[in-house]
Amino acid sequence: MKIHECQAKELFRRFDIPVPEGLEAGSVDEAREAARKLSVGRIVVKAQIHAGGRGKGGGVKVVEGADAAAAAAEGMLGKPLITHQTGPEGQIVRRLLVEAASPIKQEIYVGLTVDRALGRPVLMVSPSGGMDIEEVADKTPELIFKEAVDPRFGLLPFQGRNLARKLGFGPALQRSAITIFSNVYKLFLALDASLVEINPLVITQDDQLLALDAKINFDDNALYRHKDIKELEDPFEVDPLELEASKFGLNYIRLDGNIGAMVNGAGLAMATMDLIKQAGAEPANFLDVGGGANAETIGQGFRIILSDERVKAILINIFGGILRLDVLAKGVVEAANTVKVEVPIIVRLEGTNVEEGRRILAGSGLTFEVAKDLKEAADKVAALVRN
Amino acid sequence: MSILVDQNTKVIVQGITGSEGRFHTEKMIEYGTKVVGGVTPGKGGQTVFDRPVFDTVEQAVAETGADASVIFVPPFGAAESIMEAAAAGIRLTACITEGIPVLDMVKAWHFIKDKGTTLIGPNCPGIISPGKTKLGIMPAPIHREGNVGVVSRSGTLTYEVVDQLTRAGLGQSSCIGIGGDPIVGLHFIDVLKLFKEDDQTEAVVLIGEIGGRAEEDAAAYIQAEFKKPVFAFIAGRTAPPGRRMGHAGAIISGKSGTASDKIAALRAAKINVVETLGALGETVRQNI
Repeated sequence: MKIHECQAKELFRRFDIPVPEGLEAGSVDEAREAARKLSVGRIVVKAQIHAGGRGKGGGVKVVEGADAAAAAAEGMLGKPLITHQTGPEGQIVRRLLVEAASPIKQEIYVGLTVDRALGRPVLMVSPSGGMDIEEVADKTPELIFKEAVDPRFGLLPFQGRNLARKLGFGPALQRSAITIFSNVYKLFLALDASLVEINPLVITQDDQLLALDAKINFDDNALYRHKDIKELEDPFEVDPLELEASKFGLNYIRLDGNIGAMVNGAGLAMATMDLIKQAGAEPANFLDVGGGANAETIGQGFRIILSDERVKAILINIFGGILRLDVLAKGVVEAANTVKVEVPIIVRLEGTNVEEGRRILAGSGLTFEVAKDLKEAADKVAALVRN
Repeated sequence: MSILVDQNTKVIVQGITGSEGRFHTEKMIEYGTKVVGGVTPGKGGQTVFDRPVFDTVEQAVAETGADASVIFVPPFGAAESIMEAAAAGIRLTACITEGIPVLDMVKAWHFIKDKGTTLIGPNCPGIISPGKTKLGIMPAPIHREGNVGVVSRSGTLTYEVVDQLTRAGLGQSSCIGIGGDPIVGLHFIDVLKLFKEDDQTEAVVLIGEIGGRAEEDAAAYIQAEFKKPVFAFIAGRTAPPGRRMGHAGAIISGKSGTASDKIAALRAAKINVVETLGALGETVRQNI
C-alpha cells in the first residue's frame, strides 16, 4: 500500500526524522492560509498524488508569499497531473502540501528495503540525491553505498558511521545522519514498511539535515496489524474495481485492453495475459481468484469483470487444483443469473472435477465456448474482439 | 532417486486441524505420503484421519520420528511455525501459507539458517516426487513418474506445465514450487544443485516470473555449472511496471525485474526459452 508524501512526513515526525515545516491543503483558501502560517515567505506547493516525477510534471512550485501559493494551488487542484508514472490520462490532484522552502547545499538519497537475495533489510545511500535512483544505479553504481541489516541486531551504529563517512559528512553531520538512519530503520520495522525512501535528504545552508521528500510503501500482508496505517489509504488513488475486488480477497488489476480475464493463481494469470497479447489482443485486467476461491468469490470476480464497460469478451482460464471446477462453474452460473451477460465467454477448464464443471456450465443456459487448450482459448477470444 | 523427499519421508502437518490442513492431509495420505501426525497448539490428543495431533512440533518429532513437515498455519502464525519446525530438528519443511508479512519471514529465514533445516516456500504448492510422495497441495493425478525436474515460482502455472509434460509422455522426477514471495527458503540455484546430483533427473523445466533477480542468477549458475538440458518459461511479459501481480514478489520496479531482461539472460546462457506457454510440453519432448 502507498500513502501520500504529507502522510509519510507525519510518520517521519513521529519517528524524529526531520522534515520541513508544512501544512496540508485541500482548497485554494486552505493553501493561502497554510502559506500565511508558515514562518518563511518562500513556499513550496506540492501536489499530493502517489506517482513519482511530480516536479517534472509541474506538480511542485516554489513561490514567494501566500497569494502566489494560492495561485499555484489554483493551477493544480482539481486538474490532472501527468508524470511518467501516471499514464497519459494523469492523476487528478485533490490535496496539496504547502511547505516552507529550504535553502539547499547538497542532496542525498536514502532508501531502505528488503533485499530478496540477502534475506535482510538493506539501507542504501547515495550522494547523487534528487535523481531517479534506478538511473544512478544503472550509470554510476559506485555512487550507491549499502549496509545490510542483520534483523537479530538491528542497524548498528558503525553501519550508520560507514555510510555517513562515505557520503563525505563531517562529525556534526555524521551524528545527525546516524540518528536519521537509525530512526528510518525503526520506522521501517515498527510499521512493516516495504520501502522507505528519502529522495532527497538535503543539507541546508545552516548545515542541518532535512527530509525534503518522503515515500513509504507498506507490506500489504502486514496491514492487518496496522489498522491506523490502513486508514491512511486514499480511495481516490485506487481504481474502484480494484478496491471492490480487494474486499473479496481477489487480486484485480486494471489494464488497458478489452478482454476480461479470470484465472486462478498469479503465475497462470500473468501467463494468460501474455497469451492474450500474443494472440493480438489486449487484456482489460489481471484477475487472480486465488487457490482458495469459493463459489461466492468466483461470482464476485465474474461480476467485477462484467461491470467493466470496456470488456468485449471474457476468457476464463482455470487449472483446478485446490479450486474444484464444479465450485468454479457454480460461482460463474450464480453470478450470471444476477447480472445480464452481453459479451461472449470463452472457457478453458482443466483439473479437479473438470467433467462436473463442464456439465454445470453446459446446463446453465449460458452461451459460452469451450476451448480445448490455452492457445486455442487465447486465439478464440482474440478473434472475437477483432470482428 | 528424487530430490529432498521420497517414499520414506515421514511427514507431520502443522495446522492439521484447520480446513486446508485437513483437506490436504487426506489428499496426501491418498497419494501414499507417510503422514505420521499433525500439530495444532491446544488440540493435542485429538486425531485427524487416525493420525495423532500434538501441541508442539518437538513432541510430534519425539513420538513419531517425523523428519519433514508441511505448514498450513494462517499467515500471522506461519513464520513462527517455520521456526518451531527448525528448532525441533525437522530436516525439510514446505510452507504453503500465502500472505506472511515479509519482516516475519526475514526473522524466520535467519532463525533457520544455521539449524540445518531446508525450507520450501512460503506461498508455494510444495514438493512432489511422483510415484513416491507429495508434501503439498498440487493435484496429484496430472503427475507421472519420470525424468524431468520442474522448479517454479508459481503454483497453478506449474500444474499447467506438468500437465503438458505428462500429456507429451514425459514424466517428472521431482516438482518443486519455490514460492512467489520476496523471501523464500530454497531458490532456483539451490534446487538446480540438487537436480544436478540427482540421477533420475535428465532435464529441467524452470518456470520464472517478473520481479527480483532469481532467474538471472539461475542463468549464470546454469551456464557455469549445469550440464543437463534446461527449458525455461517466464510469466509476466505484458505486466505493467510498479504493480504487484498477485505474488508479493512479482513486481517490476523501475528497470529491474522485467521479463525481457530475464529471457535475455537465460538465452545468453544458451537455455531454451519457450515463449508460448501452450508449446512447452511439446518443445521439451522434441528436444530431449
